Amino acid sequence: MGIKSSTWTSRVLALFLKDFKSELRTRYSLNALVMFAVITLTVISFSIGMFSLSSKVKSSLFWIVIFFSAMSGLAQVFIKEEEAKTSSLLKLVASPESIFAGKLLYNLVLLLFLELIIVPLFIIMLGFSILNFWLFLCVLVLGSLGLVCATTIIAAIVAKASVKGALFAVLSFPILLPLLVTVISGTNLAAEGASFSQGLRDLQILFSYAVVMFVASFLLFDFVWEE
Amino acid sequence: MWWKILTGVLIGAVVIAVFLMPPPQKELGDISRIFFFHVPVAWVTVLAFLVAMVNSILYLSRKNPVYDLQAAISSQLGFLFAILATVSGAIFAKNAWGSFWNWDPRETSVFILLLIYGAYLALRSAIEAEDRRANLSAVYSILAFITVPFLVFVVPRVFQSLHPTDTIVNSQIKFQMPPLLLFIFLGSLLGFSLLFFWIYNLEVKLNILYKKAKEVNPAR
Repeated sequence: MGIKSSTWTSRVLALFLKDFKSELRTRYSLNALVMFAVITLTVISFSIGMFSLSSKVKSSLFWIVIFFSAMSGLAQVFIKEEEAKTSSLLKLVASPESIFAGKLLYNLVLLLFLELIIVPLFIIMLGFSILNFWLFLCVLVLGSLGLVCATTIIAAIVAKASVKGALFAVLSFPILLPLLVTVISGTNLAAEGASFSQGLRDLQILFSYAVVMFVASFLLFDFVWEE
Repeated sequence: MWWKILTGVLIGAVVIAVFLMPPPQKELGDISRIFFFHVPVAWVTVLAFLVAMVNSILYLSRKNPVYDLQAAISSQLGFLFAILATVSGAIFAKNAWGSFWNWDPRETSVFILLLIYGAYLALRSAIEAEDRRANLSAVYSILAFITVPFLVFVVPRVFQSLHPTDTIVNSQIKFQMPPLLLFIFLGSLLGFSLLFFWIYNLEVKLNILYKKAKEVNPAR
């Protein structure tokens, strides 16, 4: 068991590194993601102008930016395999579970990297003051985890469809809605300086959402990938 | 055969009973009668979602194309009933609460179901190969069903603060319902469920026949 599990994790890591390296060479997803996020941020900042917004509105805007940036970039992990026609080869060399885990990890790292850029920019450009920063960080990380778990399997579905453009957002939105609602309320609480015990309910929902989506997408990925 | 006659008689009786038997509600007046149609329609929306999910699981485990067909038809009917529930709910809301749309938890959940059905049907129309379409749409149907319990917990927390009265109005209607009205209501619920299964059965049979006809004569 020990040997088996170590080869499994190393395989997942190898798949992750493969995507990571090819991303560093082309920087396609990364550029698209970051530029998209920066552009939407700028649009928001310009359209607001001199108004000052409540923290509720700011946290909603923050997650709208994250949501649409994720929609513009996260589907690439599977679409690029289909476009380069490398998915059959991938099927031969690795088990579906390890492929999915690798893609999931890659998407998570991509999204966290995006947030690393967006959060400071958002704080600077919109004057978003977060009083309880640790709570915000917990909400951000758990929210990203849930978002990635739900969207990676949808990315795999969309990659097999013939029309890919808008389908990803259309399919993701109803499934992500509970997550978005919770994450916005959690971010708002953190920005207003609520304590951990007040934000616990949101964190619990986010955690259970991430776990449920993780398990479900692992179980269902076989059926998406097999044909 | 007998249950189809029963459905016809039941729905006919329900329509007559709803318009003639209960006295108009004190606050709402005659508009309250829409309750006996609106709630069963919303119930069928959820029922169709459940049927689609069960068929999707059956498809993935047995790979029989009939299950995929059933899931697709159930979703199409669910979409239709979701629209009916939304529209009848909006009319009800306009008269009970004063505006067509308030984003109260139940309106929100029906709207999200509408979005899920729409997404499911969009996905189906985006894939041409039959096996692949069946597989992927089954996966999506299951995935969407899993998120529904979260909505039950999450949505009321956001919107209840805006509309504190809605649950009271609803629960009053429900809890103060006299036995006669409850009887009519349950009859309507049963009638609409049977109606759903009737249309569902017809559509499934029709599509199987259509497929067979195409195999015999591909030119048509």
